[in-house]
Amino acid sequence: MADEAKGAEEGGLVFQPMDQFIVKPLIGDGPVGMFTITNVTLWMALCVLCIIGLLVLGTSRRAIVPSRTQSVAELAYGFIYKMVEDVSGKDGVRYFPYIMTLFMFIVFSNFLGLLPMAFTTTSHIAVTAVLAMGVFLTVTILGFVKHGFGFLSVFWISSAPLVLRPVLALIEVISYFVRPLSHSIRLAGNMMAGHAVIKVFAAFAAVLAISPFSILAITAIYALEVLVSFIQAYVFAILTCVYLKDALHPHH
Amino acid sequence: MATEPTGATEAAGMPQLEFSTFPNQIFWLVITLVVIYFVLSRIALPRISAVLAERQGTITNDIAAAEDLKQKAVDAEEAYNKALIDARAEANEIVESAKAEIKADLNKAIAVADAEIAAKSAESEKVIAGIRDSAADSAAEVARDIAKDIVAAVSPGKIDARSVTAAVNAKLKG
Repeated sequence: MADEAKGAEEGGLVFQPMDQFIVKPLIGDGPVGMFTITNVTLWMALCVLCIIGLLVLGTSRRAIVPSRTQSVAELAYGFIYKMVEDVSGKDGVRYFPYIMTLFMFIVFSNFLGLLPMAFTTTSHIAVTAVLAMGVFLTVTILGFVKHGFGFLSVFWISSAPLVLRPVLALIEVISYFVRPLSHSIRLAGNMMAGHAVIKVFAAFAAVLAISPFSILAITAIYALEVLVSFIQAYVFAILTCVYLKDALHPHH
Repeated sequence: MATEPTGATEAAGMPQLEFSTFPNQIFWLVITLVVIYFVLSRIALPRISAVLAERQGTITNDIAAAEDLKQKAVDAEEAYNKALIDARAEANEIVESAKAEIKADLNKAIAVADAEIAAKSAESEKVIAGIRDSAADSAAEVARDIAKDIVAAVSPGKIDARSVTAAVNAKLKG
């Protein structure tokens, strides 16, 4: 509010596309400590409530012929379950709850972030980095626990000619360690960019001459963002499955 | 924000790189993930998988039951057809035997009737013969009487009745 007032006083357009990402305490204006209840807390809590609403309350009747909510819950379950099974293999199914957790959290955070005035938790690199590092560490530790040093054969591509193998191994090692980075930045970047673009167009809507175009553009980008929200959650989940497969079956 | 000018200017760059908020975000994220994980793995996922399995089971059972019922229907139809054929054969047999029986009865009855008719006609012939004889006798008697009377009228007391009778008898026979 204060920023907008300031901008209006200056007489120009109010461009604050990044304001929506500011982490601020929910009550009062104090500093953001580790345990402060912030908008992050609020929107993550809403995300948890939505997941509980869909997957727990939605299925509470355990109907043989499902209600609409139960159908959606079963659809989500079946979708992720099949993905884990197809990509990671039969023994990957043990880690299905873990991947389901990631997927549900990301997809609900993304969709909740699309509500006007909402705060998008997944647009923050701190959040996605933790998710990605979680996946990276889990997968790496799992690989070593399951296969010992045999896990390192994931870098040693036995199907390639012997001369190329060291080079390929180097590339593989680099790509392996870049994984968490790309994994997290992809999600945060997509979320942040989409929301920022919507905000920029929204700022233009204040100018009478271009406001119809601006509103059209917001609508279009909003639709795109709905798509991106789902796809990014899907991509995150499926990449997790792929990494999991590497850990479970390192010998290509 | 207005009361925190430094924070606002920094945030105007990129709130994502505001490292002071990282512990906060990470703390709440970890709590969120743990909560979601427990809710999913303890309640939601087992429940949904149970529902799906139950539905699969129900469908399988229903299909099996339907198959069973279909088999039963086919069996019933077969039994029905067999019964129908049997009944038809039996009916034919009964009809045949009844026909034969009736024929036999009929033949017997006809024979009896024929015999009866023969007997009756024989009897009748006898009666008719008797009647004819008695009629002839009566006619002879009448002729004798009339002849006697005529003779008496023509020549009273001159001719013997017995000779008249003999004459008439001779005439009747001749």
